[in-house]
Amino acid sequence: MSKYKVNLKINNIAVSVDEGTTILEAARQLNFTIPTLCQHDDLCVAGNCRVCVVEQKGARLLPASCATPVSEGMEIQTNSLKVRQARKHIVELLLAEHNADCTKCFKSGYCELQDISNDYRIGDHIFLDLVKEKDKERDISSPSIEKDDSKCIRCQRCVRTCDSMQYVSALAVTHKGNNMRISTFMDKPMNDVVCTNCGQCINRCPTAALTERNYIDEVFDVIYDPNKFVVVQTAPATRVAIGEEFGMEPGSRVTGKMVAALRRLGFDKVLDTDFTADLTIMEEGTELLTRLKEALVDGKEVALPMLTSCSPGWIKFQEHMYPDLLDNLSTCKSPQQMFGPLAKTYYAEKINKNPADMVVVSIMPCTAKKFEAERPEMRGSGYKDVDYVLTTRELGRMIHQAGIEFEKLEDEKYDSILGESTGAAVIFGSTGGVMEAALRTAYEIVTGKEVPFTNINIKPVRGMEGVKEASVKIKDAKPEWSFLEGVDVNVAIAHGLVNAKILMDKIKSGEANYHFIEIMACPGGCIGGGGQPMPTNMEIRKKRAAGIYEEDEAMVLRKSHENAEVTEIYKSFLHEPLGHKSHDLLHTHYTPRKRQ
Amino acid sequence: MTRIEELVKEQADKHGRQRTSLMPILQAVVGSEHYLSEDALVAIARELDLSSADVFGTATFYTFLDTVPRGKYVIRVCKTITCHMKGKDEVIGALEDMLKVKLGGTTTDGKFSLLQANCLGWCHKGPVMLVNDEVYPEISAEKAVEIIGGYLKKG
Repeated sequence: MSKYKVNLKINNIAVSVDEGTTILEAARQLNFTIPTLCQHDDLCVAGNCRVCVVEQKGARLLPASCATPVSEGMEIQTNSLKVRQARKHIVELLLAEHNADCTKCFKSGYCELQDISNDYRIGDHIFLDLVKEKDKERDISSPSIEKDDSKCIRCQRCVRTCDSMQYVSALAVTHKGNNMRISTFMDKPMNDVVCTNCGQCINRCPTAALTERNYIDEVFDVIYDPNKFVVVQTAPATRVAIGEEFGMEPGSRVTGKMVAALRRLGFDKVLDTDFTADLTIMEEGTELLTRLKEALVDGKEVALPMLTSCSPGWIKFQEHMYPDLLDNLSTCKSPQQMFGPLAKTYYAEKINKNPADMVVVSIMPCTAKKFEAERPEMRGSGYKDVDYVLTTRELGRMIHQAGIEFEKLEDEKYDSILGESTGAAVIFGSTGGVMEAALRTAYEIVTGKEVPFTNINIKPVRGMEGVKEASVKIKDAKPEWSFLEGVDVNVAIAHGLVNAKILMDKIKSGEANYHFIEIMACPGGCIGGGGQPMPTNMEIRKKRAAGIYEEDEAMVLRKSHENAEVTEIYKSFLHEPLGHKSHDLLHTHYTPRKRQ
Repeated sequence: MTRIEELVKEQADKHGRQRTSLMPILQAVVGSEHYLSEDALVAIARELDLSSADVFGTATFYTFLDTVPRGKYVIRVCKTITCHMKGKDEVIGALEDMLKVKLGGTTTDGKFSLLQANCLGWCHKGPVMLVNDEVYPEISAEKAVEIIGGYLKKG
């Protein structure tokens, strides 16, 4: 569909843009940045913070550039004296209701309100300070998310995120007038409402009204405790994003530097969640094949399609929204939670440590992982399997605090054992990755041959489309899998819970004919996780995903079943996928929850 | 199904299950229950497939959609400037004395709640008082007591 072109002038420069373009977008095309707070590329227009106001020739009022489409002959000034004056007042007004304790604030240096205030040197406090009257206690009820209303500027990015991206709407605009605030159902604590802990709201909050619960000091405490043996595991998606905390391009592959930094921070062993990602494929792939066999050969009532269980945000979403379909979820714990109990049993034994003295820390792109680690069922080792979960951002902060010059670090390798991984594990970090890894292995188990895709890159499951579908025909199945001969294995992938809902409703209505579905709570999968560096948007998610697939292609081994440490752990410890030990340590159950 | 769930279902059958059906359903529940309880809000959210926070947000925006228990008769005295100048404080004082309840409170028998309201649009005939949906303009302390006396007798 061709669009009309609209001609206008911004700061006296003529520009011709598509009809429907906003003034803000048109200005960006001319490389003029107009400050924004409520605007976010992932979200619909709100137009409520007003900092993006501009002057339009002939108009009495200053329009909000994010919410005003261009029109023919428009003449816009983005930085006239009138605009500057108005913008300063607007920011002053926001600050009058904002608890600006910047020196101790977790978001300092990352806060968009602080950035604008700094740019305009604002802080004369010409308006009445309303913070004292509004200062509510911080809500730290959730192990994942901290909510501080005294920092909130009510831009409603979180509300739009939770609604349009995640279909949860844990946060809403409540009350009115000077009492208006962003709150939960009945103003309940965050931990008591339908919240998936995905942290997408945190990722979009321009201030520190929503942040992750941070455990940096607790982790430094155990690192410096001589009686503790502290091992750290790193999720796939962190290695293509942590560089952003040090000014590097999104998608920069900095695995080796990250390992080096973790060692310099003082972790006793630097290990890899990718190892348990490979292990997840062995367990989950076997579980899928077993379910298919039970359904097709034994004629048993089996819950199909099987749903992946790696994303704790997705798990909690399903527990709240689709509790009647919990049997469809794979019983596999997420790679993080497979790592924990193995570290405190198998690994502890190998390195001759008392698991009681061990501390397992994970570095995750995720805030829901913090909640997951706290689940009462996650104590398979007899101890709390994963002690602390830090986001990519928190790790960035630790490295800054420790004065480590990240960019200059030489690459180092993960420790062994529990450090080896394949390309199949690293792609867990991007939407479609678990599916691709599972297909690479399952197809080979069934046929003895590689999946029939060029260079085993299963392109149909990749990319940023919200819901993806693919079909793989099984050809030349081995005799023991003959029942799968000629079967089209139908798979689907969704990322972002609003897309998960589309697939779940299809299952519920019976119109889905899938065998296996991968769901990730966050847009783009873990690379777009709620614990990843800010900002995030489609362009950044694509760059990080590209980094993930480059990392995969650079690996010698690209199929989970080729991981030698995985083979070894089955030989000497677990014995077989879905075996007795696996059942105790690597599998879990789920809890139906109310949807209030 | 609880009584409140039945009520909500009945109202949803009547008004529909669109987002736009939310207001009439909220109003109907307040009409019969005098306020929106947590259970009622949840029931409405489930019936309309909305988030409960969303329903709560809508309810708390409107002064007349109460989310705390209210009496059978909700008395609202206009608090804005004209009614203030015309003596709304005396009206409130008299009603507080009569009902033995503080402004904002509900009588122990659950019959009356005494509240203030923003401008009711009767500035030319202030002070004005609202009892549920009935408007009483140009009242005085004595008149207000008399009117509420009538409701008392009504039971």
